[in-house]
Amino acid sequence: MKYMLLIAGDESAAEHAEDGCGGWSEEMTARGVIRGGGGLRPPAEATTVRVRDDQVLLTDGPFAESKEQIGGFCLIECADLDEAIEIAAKHPAAGYGTIEIRPLWPQ
Amino acid sequence: MTGAHEVHEMHGAHEAVDRAFRDEWGQVVATLIGVTGDWDLAEECAQDAFAQALQTWPRDGVPERPGAWLTTAARNRATDRLRRAAVGAAKLREVAAMERVQAGEPGNDGPDHDGTVPDDRLRLMFTCCHPALALEAQVALTLRTLAGLTTAEIARAFLVGEHTMSKRLTRAKQKIRHAAIPYRVPPAHLLPERTPAVLAVLYLLFNEGYSASAGADPVRAELSGEAIRLARVLTRLMPDEPEAVGLLALMLLHDARRSARFDAAGDLVLLEDQDRTRWDAGEIGEGTALLDAALRRGSPGPYQVQAAIAACHAAATRAGDTDWAQIAALYGELVRLAPSPVVELNRAVAVGMADGPAAALPLVEALDASGRLAGYHLLPAVRADLLRRLGRAADAAAAYRDALALAPTGAEHRYLRRRLAEVTEES
Repeated sequence: MKYMLLIAGDESAAEHAEDGCGGWSEEMTARGVIRGGGGLRPPAEATTVRVRDDQVLLTDGPFAESKEQIGGFCLIECADLDEAIEIAAKHPAAGYGTIEIRPLWPQ
Repeated sequence: MTGAHEVHEMHGAHEAVDRAFRDEWGQVVATLIGVTGDWDLAEECAQDAFAQALQTWPRDGVPERPGAWLTTAARNRATDRLRRAAVGAAKLREVAAMERVQAGEPGNDGPDHDGTVPDDRLRLMFTCCHPALALEAQVALTLRTLAGLTTAEIARAFLVGEHTMSKRLTRAKQKIRHAAIPYRVPPAHLLPERTPAVLAVLYLLFNEGYSASAGADPVRAELSGEAIRLARVLTRLMPDEPEAVGLLALMLLHDARRSARFDAAGDLVLLEDQDRTRWDAGEIGEGTALLDAALRRGSPGPYQVQAAIAACHAAATRAGDTDWAQIAALYGELVRLAPSPVVELNRAVAVGMADGPAAALPLVEALDASGRLAGYHLLPAVRADLLRRLGRAADAAAAYRDALALAPTGAEHRYLRRRLAEVTEES
């Protein structure tokens, strides 16, 4: 099963941007469950794109202005939701932010 | 010609199907989910198997092992359906492999197999009560798949529309499937956090039924019976889990008081005023014995402590004989194990009975000041009772009025109004 871990946090999470993952990436890479991922620069630098009536519409900023913003993501592949929960719970960001686990459509 | 004997047999067969439904539904569904991985298919095939039993048992007699017969019949239906749906050969082989695990064909219920169907109900319980599902979905799934209630019945029991309940069940099953919630008993390291979720669902079911007023839908009242049945299954499947045994003991000790809890008019009768001869001695005896067995394991938990409190009440043949000091101590233990303001309020009530209202009032007032029970009608109700016993009639009346403004059901309203009338007459 493939899951996307969406890591969200409020503004205070920004101070953890340089923290790294405290061995999490190394452990999960060794386990062979990581399929990709990365940390995102702040939502202030986001550009949102929509195409309506052949017009490209751009907005400065993220999808929605909300208290919690996505600050990183990680694509994992593992046995089931229990393993995905265990992987997510071990991520340092789970200690100060929130991690949403989203199963992917099968390909 | 149909003689009296055959009529009797036929009646017996219908009863046997009813009994099998109660006893075997969960196991048949659980086994089918285990094999097919398809929750809807499992339910439909279980339903078909029971329909088939209703047709053939009156004619051919009740099989020696109804559970094995039903599981085989359901598995055959699943094979048929999967074949018609042209699923892969691998899945069909898997379903067929069940035959080797579990001998016994419908109509061939010979003594050559021991009827042991691998019991998948524990897997089903843990999956239904997976914390990634919302509590209301956990409850609904448990009732549908393990207890065999229909969607309409579950909807009625929880006072929501059938459409809402149907959507809730569908969404939960889709999440299990698409998010790959595993169909299993969690490994040992996860059990301490997952077992309480299963116990909590069963206790919620019990309480929903137990709190149903006299005029409520019978389906709702029957929830307590379903919870007890499922707790019995759980204790058999997890014999080393003292909290599961504690929960079953707790339910039995509460259920023993069921018929004494409401008077002829449907009014709630307080514990101290209940006719204790109407308590079910059988349930009290079983609950107490289970509790003793659980406590001997030396690993107390919230359910065992609550059962111990219920056992203290059950042991008193007159309300005046209640060992309130012991109950207050047990509530102290419960506050430690499972802190909650409601438990603290109950502890205050016990202290009030053991050491007098003057000792309890400061505890209640501290709770009140903390605001943690804001809007909970029993807080002012308890305060009112303590004030009444202290002879402070005017303060008591004010507190009864506060409680009345918050009380949810008719019976409790009537009780509080009676008390209010008493204190206003006295003053």
